Amino acid sequence: MNNKTIIRFEQVTKKYDDDLPVLDNVSFEIERGKFYTLLGPSGCGKTTILRLIAGFTEPTSGTIYFNGKNINHVTPNKRQVNTVFQDYALFPHLNVFENVAFGLRIKKMKKDIIEQKVKDALRFVNLSGYEQRNIQEMSGGQRQRVAIARAIVNEPEVLLLDEPLSALDLKLRTEMQYELRELQRRLGITFIFVTHDQEEALAMSDEIFVLNKGKIQQSGTPKDIYDEPVNRFVADFIGESNIVAGKMIQDYLVEFVGKQFECVDKGFAPNEDVEVVIRPEDLEITTPEKGKLKVYVDSQLFRGVHYEICCYDKDGNEWLVHSTKKAEVGDEIGLYFEPEAIHVMRLEENSRIGVADEK
Amino acid sequence: MKSNIRALYFLPYVLWILLFVVVPILLIIYYSFFNIEGTFSFENYEKFFTPVYLKMALSSFWYAFLITAFSLLIAYPTALLLTKTKHKQLWLLLIILPMWINLLLKAYAFLGIFGTYGIANHFLELIGVGAKQILFTDFSFVFVSVYIFVPFMILPIFNALEKLNPTLVDAAKDLGASPWITFRRVIFPLTLDGVKSGCQAVFIPALSLFMITRLIAGNRVITLGTAIEQHFLVTQNWGMGATIAVFLIIAMVIIMFLTGNRK
Repeated sequence: MNNKTIIRFEQVTKKYDDDLPVLDNVSFEIERGKFYTLLGPSGCGKTTILRLIAGFTEPTSGTIYFNGKNINHVTPNKRQVNTVFQDYALFPHLNVFENVAFGLRIKKMKKDIIEQKVKDALRFVNLSGYEQRNIQEMSGGQRQRVAIARAIVNEPEVLLLDEPLSALDLKLRTEMQYELRELQRRLGITFIFVTHDQEEALAMSDEIFVLNKGKIQQSGTPKDIYDEPVNRFVADFIGESNIVAGKMIQDYLVEFVGKQFECVDKGFAPNEDVEVVIRPEDLEITTPEKGKLKVYVDSQLFRGVHYEICCYDKDGNEWLVHSTKKAEVGDEIGLYFEPEAIHVMRLEENSRIGVADEK
Repeated sequence: MKSNIRALYFLPYVLWILLFVVVPILLIIYYSFFNIEGTFSFENYEKFFTPVYLKMALSSFWYAFLITAFSLLIAYPTALLLTKTKHKQLWLLLIILPMWINLLLKAYAFLGIFGTYGIANHFLELIGVGAKQILFTDFSFVFVSVYIFVPFMILPIFNALEKLNPTLVDAAKDLGASPWITFRRVIFPLTLDGVKSGCQAVFIPALSLFMITRLIAGNRVITLGTAIEQHFLVTQNWGMGATIAVFLIIAMVIIMFLTGNRK
């Protein structure tokens, strides 16, 4: 553990009522000043991690460290973290000013200091002048900002955000993504952001934890996770992928759809069965003679920035292509790709993925 | 045609209100202007503002206040506990159950329990305090009244607590609030409407209690309710009884306004 680490999970398991664990022996570290995203489908355990950090629930086993100290039994009101809740959880009986001042009043700060801090926090989220408004009079986006102001005014070391954008419409959501990222840079504190939206995660994070079934499937920078998914789940969850069965003949040589291809992966056993991922945007349409794969165009959709073309090879594998060039349905075309476009993954039962194994 | 049918639906309600609410109130007001000889006068109103009746009114309010306060002190923690139990609907049912038993029966049951040779005195002797006069005291009157009214207080508070968004409690804790501050600053203010309706449901009936005062408090506690009963049934002074009733109704309306939800 280095001194940049602020939160550390050590073999943390969380179970409710003897059921399957919501979190299954999870270990990871969170560093100071970075933007983290916990990404996964509902029920994967991402919100549970957030609640464990906030202190709303205690781990069944394992230890959570904050600044090197075990905080398993520290109550939420004594932790240096603040949360922006999914439904914002603003106090309906208090106005905007009092909502933001809530935490400061508990700390018994002087009146003029509270006033100054609340003003600053509201200015930070572009809500100056809204102090006396009722919560009911605020729009969804404004409530969101009040919730953020209420959290950051306490100057937490870590800000937890539980799917805070999910209730907003698309345009506002994109706007808030920029704003949140910008906010994190200005504040310089750690953000832990929970979402099930992979685009959101890729756009905002320094580091992403992909979770499924109570386990961390993969962690890394957005680029790492997008370009080198470690298993089928991650490849599928982060963007669209073409996944086919293959065999690793030797280092830098992989076989799939009956052909051998040059690739950049190594470290597999000779002839190990693997899965091969090629992203739709890495496939390029060419003539059947020039292509590495020969496929028939089955259907085509215009998506605005690109055409989404669905093709089948003679073995019946589906190949999804994102191309700015149009294809004709029914035509035989060739698909070309670079060796770097091939991502080889171990079969899931052979892989033991987790950040703990990396360290 | 359609509006005619709609008016028809309204009829039973209007009839009911007229026959059992409006007419009786008018009758009460009418009677209050006749003295015991049956002549029209303001005598009854003058009499109401004499120390005897004012003291009675004051003691009525005082006991109603005590009953409401104790009911609230018992009901709020109970309701809070109830929302946290696993089988809350079952527990709630058990608490509501006594509401279905006739008031008289419950009062008579307490006569047995609090009587000179009742269970309560047995217990007091057992722990060495010795038998006491429990029945016909202020204590037994307030105790039994609170017992009877507590469910009326628990229900609205329980409903208000159930409606409270639990993330608001999490949010308060997250912002550094201790359990007590969370309660004072978030839980209680947000369930105040429930508390108000509970107080309404207890204070107003408690103001006009007469049967329990008779059975449990003997003649030690004389409230406006008992006075009304006396005037109508014993002294046959309907006019004075009606006058007291008028004041009771005014008091109730004022309380309804004070505790009502102006939203």
